[in-house]
Amino acid sequence: MITLEKDKHMVTPAEKTAPPRIVVTGLEAGFRKHRVIRPLSISLPRNAITAIIGPSGCGKSTFIRCLNRLHEEVAGAWVRGSVRVDGRELYSAEVDPVQVRRSIGMVFQRPNPFPTFTIYDNVAVGLRLNGMRKRSQLDERVELSLRRAALWDEVKDRLHALGTGLSGGQQQRLCIARALAVEPEILLLDEPCSALDPVATERIEELLLDLERDYTLVMVTHNIQQAARIADRTVFMLMGELVEEGPTDAMFTNPRDPRTESFISGRFG
Amino acid sequence: MNASLRKWKSRIMVFTMGLALVICLLPLASLLSTLAVKGGQAITVRFLTASWQPVGERGGGIAHAIVGSLYLLGIASLIAVPLGLLKGLFLARGEHPRLASLVRVLLEVMSGIPAIIVGVFVYTVVVSRSGFSLGLGFSVIAGALALAMIMLPIFARTTEEALRAIPRAVDEAGLGLGLNRRTVVLRIVLRSAIPAVLTGLFLALARVGGEAAPLLFTSFGSNDFPGSPMRPAGSLPHLLFDYARQPFEQLVEQAWGAALVLVTMILGIRLLTNLYTRWRYGDGDNA
Repeated sequence: MITLEKDKHMVTPAEKTAPPRIVVTGLEAGFRKHRVIRPLSISLPRNAITAIIGPSGCGKSTFIRCLNRLHEEVAGAWVRGSVRVDGRELYSAEVDPVQVRRSIGMVFQRPNPFPTFTIYDNVAVGLRLNGMRKRSQLDERVELSLRRAALWDEVKDRLHALGTGLSGGQQQRLCIARALAVEPEILLLDEPCSALDPVATERIEELLLDLERDYTLVMVTHNIQQAARIADRTVFMLMGELVEEGPTDAMFTNPRDPRTESFISGRFG
Repeated sequence: MNASLRKWKSRIMVFTMGLALVICLLPLASLLSTLAVKGGQAITVRFLTASWQPVGERGGGIAHAIVGSLYLLGIASLIAVPLGLLKGLFLARGEHPRLASLVRVLLEVMSGIPAIIVGVFVYTVVVSRSGFSLGLGFSVIAGALALAMIMLPIFARTTEEALRAIPRAVDEAGLGLGLNRRTVVLRIVLRSAIPAVLTGLFLALARVGGEAAPLLFTSFGSNDFPGSPMRPAGSLPHLLFDYARQPFEQLVEQAWGAALVLVTMILGIRLLTNLYTRWRYGDGDNA
């Protein structure tokens, strides 16, 4: 389970030159008359962790909620522009947002296991409601998902206890397992550690470094150190605007924009 | 102010509050104990399992009224539960806030209508054989309709509250799994709210289970076991109302027994609901 820091830099040249997973062009979004994100364009690589940092209210969450079309579920929300995943436009008329969300999973800021659902049911419900009925198949996928989320050993003896009875960090890993169970290709994480203590945070970070091999991860974080620790690429946003983006190392050692420099050196935010 | 004075003040306050509690509980204790003593004398196996016998003959019971009450509550629930669930869902998760607040006001008004008026209303439009009415006559269905009308606003509001207590984050987590809105609300949000929804149903049942007024004009009463929903039927509150005014010692005693059974039944429903939700869904912290 321990993932060494060097792992994430062992990217083969082929992967480096691979086409980006997500290509965002001219995306803007907001609520009613208020614009939260100004038109921005960016490409996000596959099998990597991209961290989005910036002060509260800068549009980070809105941005990633546009990537799985969850933003539009809020009353009064609007989106313009284009998001392509593997070349396929998410916002074209014939695309069903429900299908989009099935292949782009999401983990939220506060652990939100379904109340009155057992640990097992929390993970299985997405599969069941998408039509998987066979018990043996479900058992297998639940175990696999919990293992991937590094939670299996802690809960295998109480799969039928309530999910809400777990600790905060375990609940968040349960939410990750729940999201992984429906086999998404991309996982969006909206400040997944902000409600957790440092030990739980470390476990989630290890887990994310592990998941990076199979998934494309996009993570919003409040925590600049967290971005520095685990992200391959970092995106800095400020007041709805994309200020700077690039490889994490480069951005932290040699930011191009003075606003980025003030933010990462802790002068505001 | 020194420490011992503060301690004394605290003691006096605690004592006063304790006294207030005892004063509040005394009437309840008195009511329950009187009920247990007087009602307890009437209770026998026959009393609970036999139906009505003419005054003077031995072995009469109230089973017909117990069955009648459960029958009425059952049918009333069949009417009120689906409607209340839909209303609650509409109020808590609907997308028409203006219409929702109008519905909310109407439910408020509806819950303020005295039970006797509900009875008269149902009599006029369902029971009565003349005028603008379905003309069904005194019947279980009419009684159940009246009870459902009283249950509906209570159940709809408690369902709304129960659903509102489920954070939006739960909806979003469901949507994030690639489920459509309807599935998320019906299969995840509603299920998460079930313990509180059941409590609301119990509250509504407890409220109408003891109502005699709406039944006087609707299901009326009967000395036989209930049968067709189109026929009148007895019920515990109606039997109590009827017997307690009779000059016969035997019937008054049966009325006490019926009162005890009624209270026990309502408390029993409550207790079973509690035990069930606790067994099925835990206390909220851990199972």
